[in-house]
Amino acid sequence: MPLAKRIIPCLDVDNGRVVKGVKFVEIRDAGDPVENARRYNLEGADELTFLDITASSDGRETMVHVVEAVAREVFIPLTVGGGIREVADIRRLLNAGADKVSINTAAVFNPEFVQQASSKFGSQCIVVAVDAKRTSHDGSPGRWEIFTHGGRKSTGIDAIEWACKMDRYGAGEILLTSMDRDGTKIGFDNELTRRVSEAVRVPVIASGGVGTLQHLADGVLKGKADAVLAASIFHFGEFSISEAKKYMASCNIEVRL
Amino acid sequence: MQITAVIDYGMGNLRSVVNALEHVAGKNHQVILTSDPDQVMRAQRVVFPGQGAAGDCMRAIDHYELRETICEVAANKPFLGICMGMQILLEHSEENQGTDCLGIYPGRVRYFGDDHHGDNGEKLKVPHMGWNQLHQTGRHPLWEAIDDDSRFYFVHSYYFETDDRSLVIGECDYGFSFTCAIAHDNVFALQCHPEKSADAGLQLLSNFIHWDGQA
Repeated sequence: MPLAKRIIPCLDVDNGRVVKGVKFVEIRDAGDPVENARRYNLEGADELTFLDITASSDGRETMVHVVEAVAREVFIPLTVGGGIREVADIRRLLNAGADKVSINTAAVFNPEFVQQASSKFGSQCIVVAVDAKRTSHDGSPGRWEIFTHGGRKSTGIDAIEWACKMDRYGAGEILLTSMDRDGTKIGFDNELTRRVSEAVRVPVIASGGVGTLQHLADGVLKGKADAVLAASIFHFGEFSISEAKKYMASCNIEVRL
Repeated sequence: MQITAVIDYGMGNLRSVVNALEHVAGKNHQVILTSDPDQVMRAQRVVFPGQGAAGDCMRAIDHYELRETICEVAANKPFLGICMGMQILLEHSEENQGTDCLGIYPGRVRYFGDDHHGDNGEKLKVPHMGWNQLHQTGRHPLWEAIDDDSRFYFVHSYYFETDDRSLVIGECDYGFSFTCAIAHDNVFALQCHPEKSADAGLQLLSNFIHWDGQA
C-alpha cells in the first residue's frame, strides 16, 4: 500500500512561543515556532500541528501571525487547534495559511458547528479532536467516554459513537487522544485507536502516550492509525523525525523517507 | 515582468498556493490572486486551484463570471489546475448528487466509495489523505528534476476518470490506479497539492513558472 502513514509533531504555542521546545542544541531560539517548524520540515515531518494554549483573546491574534510566518516558509500541511468556536475563527486561520483546523470543545457543546464548518470550508480542513478516557473496568469490554476541560469533565458520551457521528457530520479526520495515556510515555491506547479507526470512514490520528519509537509503530500496527502524533519525544531531542521514520520503515510500515 | 495569476473564486485555502508560488518565483515573476477576468487574461500563466465540493466550485465560478475566462486561458496560456481545479475540467462529477463541470476534457469524477478496500482486503480511508507516490507515465517539462514515484500530498474523496488516455501523464495507486496528473498542450493539472508537497511540490511549481506551455 503506497499511501504513507504520517508522523505529525505537535507544538504547543502560548502567546506566540513554543512552550515545550527547549532542548534543541542547534537552535538558538527554541521557542520560535518558525524555527521549530523549519527544523521539523527538514527532518521530514509529514504535517505540523500547532495547539494554541493561549488563554487571552489578544494571544489568539498572535497565533494568526505565527501561522502566517510558518506558512510562508514551510510547505507541508499545517493544522491549528485550540479555542476554535466560530466560523470566523476558522476563516481567520485558513486565510493566514493554515490548511486544517482542529475543533474540540466546540464540537461537543455544539455538534452542528462541525456540519456548518465542513459545509462552508470543506471536510478536508476540518479535524475533530476527540479526547477519550476509558470508563470500563479491567477485564470488562472496553468503553471510553468523551471528556472536556482537559480531561476533568465527563460528558457521558461514548467515544466510538461520537467519532462516528463526527464523521457523519463532515469531519475530514479524527484526532484521537487518550486522556489516560497523555503525558505518560507508556504508549497509545491502541485498543481505543483500533476501535475508532475501524468504525469511521475517515483517517484517524493517534495521540497521547508516546515514549518510544516502538509506540509510534504500535499505533499503526496495533491501533490501525493512519497517522501518529507526538510532542515530547520530538521536542526534547530524544528522537528526530527521521529516526522515527526509519524505525517505522524497519517495521514494514510505509513512510515518506 | 512575468505575471502568474491564481484564480480566486472564493473556494478554499488559496493563500498556500500563493505562498508557495512566491517562494519559487524569481525577481522577474509576480504572483497575483485575483477574481477579475481582465487580470487573469493579462497574466502570462494561470493557476486554477480549488477545494471543497464540486457543486460549490461550479456555482462560485459562475458567480464570479469566470467560466468563459477559464475556458479561454485553458486554450492558450500555460495553465495549472490543482485538485478541484483538475476535476472540474472534466464533463461531470458524481459529487453533490451530480454536478456538471466545465467539460474541457472528456470524462467524469467519481467517488472512492464508503466501502473502499485495498488489494489485501484492508479498509482504505476516504478521503485519500496523505503522502502517496506519483508515478510519471510520460515525459513532461513539469516533471523536470522530480524523481519518478516521488511522494506528493493528496486529500480527496473523488477521483478523475477520463476516456482519453493521451491526456494521462501521472498515476497514483489507492486501492486501484487512478489518473492524478494530466497534460494537454498548454494545460497541466494535478490531483495532489504541490503547494503542500515539500521539495517535490516546490520543484513542480518552479517548473511551471518557467514553462512556455509547450509539451
